[in-house]
Parts: sequence; structure tokens; C-alpha cells
Amino acid sequence: MPLDISKLLKKKQAVILERWMTNQMADNSMREDLMSNEDLRQESDELISALVKTINDNNINNPDSDDFDQVIEILGGISISRSRQGFSPRETGLFIISLKEALLQVLREEVKDLAQFVDLSLAISRLMDGFSIMTFETFIKGREEVILRQTDEITEISTPVIRVWDGILALPIIGTLDSARTQVVMESLLTEIVESSSSVAILDISGVPTVDSLVAQHLLKTVSATRLMGAECIISGIRPEIAQTIVHLGIDLSDIVTKASLASALQYAFRTMRLEVRKNAAKL
Amino acid sequence: MDRIPILRMGQFLLVTIQVDLYDRLALDLEADLVKAVSKTGARGILIDISAVSIVDSFMGRIIGNIGVMSKLLDAETVVVGMQPAVAITLVELGLPLKGVYTALNVERGMDLLKSKIQFEDETIDQEDDNSDDLPE
Repeated sequence: MPLDISKLLKKKQAVILERWMTNQMADNSMREDLMSNEDLRQESDELISALVKTINDNNINNPDSDDFDQVIEILGGISISRSRQGFSPRETGLFIISLKEALLQVLREEVKDLAQFVDLSLAISRLMDGFSIMTFETFIKGREEVILRQTDEITEISTPVIRVWDGILALPIIGTLDSARTQVVMESLLTEIVESSSSVAILDISGVPTVDSLVAQHLLKTVSATRLMGAECIISGIRPEIAQTIVHLGIDLSDIVTKASLASALQYAFRTMRLEVRKNAAKL
Repeated sequence: MDRIPILRMGQFLLVTIQVDLYDRLALDLEADLVKAVSKTGARGILIDISAVSIVDSFMGRIIGNIGVMSKLLDAETVVVGMQPAVAITLVELGLPLKGVYTALNVERGMDLLKSKIQFEDETIDQEDDNSDDLPE
């Protein structure tokens, strides 16, 4: 007798869900801290309902069929949200792989004919494997989107121009200086010089991990551009190892004012502007 | 035939470039400025380029030349009001304008010129004072 897979699964939907939940709970990498059991059950139920609704004898052997669009959409949503919540790929994969196991368990109980069982198992396996691959792809894509967004954010927030005093700007550079970032740094610094009519700019490189000849060149460019705008540029925050690197590479910074710390750079700036900071003799 | 006017103000010459310089105009300006410096005995030149939005290497070189030439005639040159985009362009072209001073605006440029000249005169005065101490 021919077996109607969709009827069978509809009849057994509740059982499959229970089995699936058990399978998921059985795995000790279950992340209850990230997701409650109710949420998990809801997601699982939604996915099974969609799957049972669409699966039939015709499309079970054709994982690429358009019938599964809804299932794939739900799966995609789940894996993207999981990658954002910080689930590991293994945990996300287990979600769909344990469903396959539940389906096969139910089939084994329901299908008595061996040949039919093997055929069905193969078909279900192929279908579920297709879903697994899809899940992974979406998961990775979700991760990549997060990384890209973070990169953009870092580029935006990492170049603040600070007005430390009337006429003195400070620009702490954090992270590696490449050409693109130098451009951003230079533009924001020059614009700020015009807006605040500052006469001294302090470039603090204590947050720059390494200075190679390219980075040094970028720094020199920024200093020259600042000078052209009619402001003086001081480079501060030169760590001992950076000083060593600069000398070993033979980079000439002799016509630039360099200071070891932002404090001494500020002191120098005060001196050039003929400002004086004094302790008040009177008791407060 | 356009000419960029050169204004005299005490010991200084003022030049405001309000059009984008084409090569002929820049060369004329260079010649006129040098003549004017030697004729008036000016001690400083102030070039305002706040209206200039585009520079090329030629113009950068002309400004550098003006600085060097006027230095030969004992006048300091200060370029004021450079726009950020222009500064970046000059740096990218490898023209840091070593021979000229720069300032943010006309006012500060004037202050800078005054202080430079004062400083020079003071050093000369000091040298004169020292010469008196020499044994007869």
C-alpha cells in the first residue's frame, strides 16, 4: 500500500515535536542562558507546522522545490537571530539536525515496509541536509553582517577631535592607521581647525600598536596638512618601542615636535600660546 | 588681461586671490609681487587664498617660488585661509610649501608677520648692542 507521507506526518506532528524537544534537551550544549525553553518550543513548533504543511510525496525528493520557501524563510530567520544572539554554529546546527533524528525515529515506528522505510529515510535525510546547509549559510551571513556593521562603527567612532583648550585640539588615534583612516583623520582634523580656529593640534598615537614606514608617512602627511592650514601639529604618545622602530626604519621626524605624553604636549602648546597654568596660592 | 591687485599696507603687501588661478595669471602675479617688493621695500607679503578651491602642482610651486624670492629680498611670505581640501591636495602632491609661513586667517597672518619682523629687528638691535662692547 502506498504511504502518504504528508498525512503520516500531520498525524504525528505532536509526537515529532516532543521527540525533537527531547533530542534538543538531551544535548548538553543546550543554552538556557540565551533562550528559554518556551521560546525554543515555539520556534520548533512553527518550523514543524510549516514543514508538515508543505511536504508531500512529490516534493519530498526535490529539496529545491519552491514549496519549501516558507520553511526556508522560517529557518533563515531563526539562524540569523541565533547568530546575533551569540549561539555557536554547533548549537545552531544541532537545532535542525536533531529534527532529522526525530523524523527518522517516527518513520521507523510507523513504516513497516523495509524498502519503503529506506526510501523515505533517504529522502528525508536529503531534504534535512539541504536545510542544514542552508541554515549554516544564513548563520555565517548573519555573522558577517554583524562584523561589517562593527567595522563601520569602529571607523566612525575612532577618530574624535577633542577641544582640550581654547585654540588647542587633541586627536587620540586608536588602532592601526591605514590610508583610508588617515584620510578620515586628516579631514576631520582640518575641518575642526577651521571651525574652532585652533592654532595647535596634538596627534596622540599612544593607541597605535605599531608604526611602520607607511604609518609614519601618513602621520607626516597629516602634520604637513595641518601646517598648511596655519596650525602647529605636535605628535605625542610615542612609546619607547615606537621610538626604536622609527629610528631603525630611518624615518626622519626631526622637523616635527614630538612629545612622550599628551601632558607634555599640552604643556608645550601652552608655552607656544604664552599661557600659564599656576597653582592658586590662596587656600580654597 | 586680468591682473591680481597688490595692496600696500604699511610695511606689508596684501594679495587676495579671489579667482581660480590659471597659469598665466599665476606667473604674472609672481613677477608683479617681486617687482612690488623691491620697489616698496616691503618686509612682508600676505597672500589670502580662502576663495581658492582648486590647486594644482603649478600653483603650489608658484606660491613656493614667491616665498623663496621674497626671502631673497628680505620679506617674509605668509599664506592664509587655506581650505582643508586644498591643504590635503598640496600634501598629496608632495608640496608642503616649506618656504612660506601659514596662518588660519588674515588677522592671524598679520600678527605672525608683525612678530617675525619684530623678532628680526630685535636680533639685529642686539647684535648692534653687542658690537659696542667690543674693545676699541
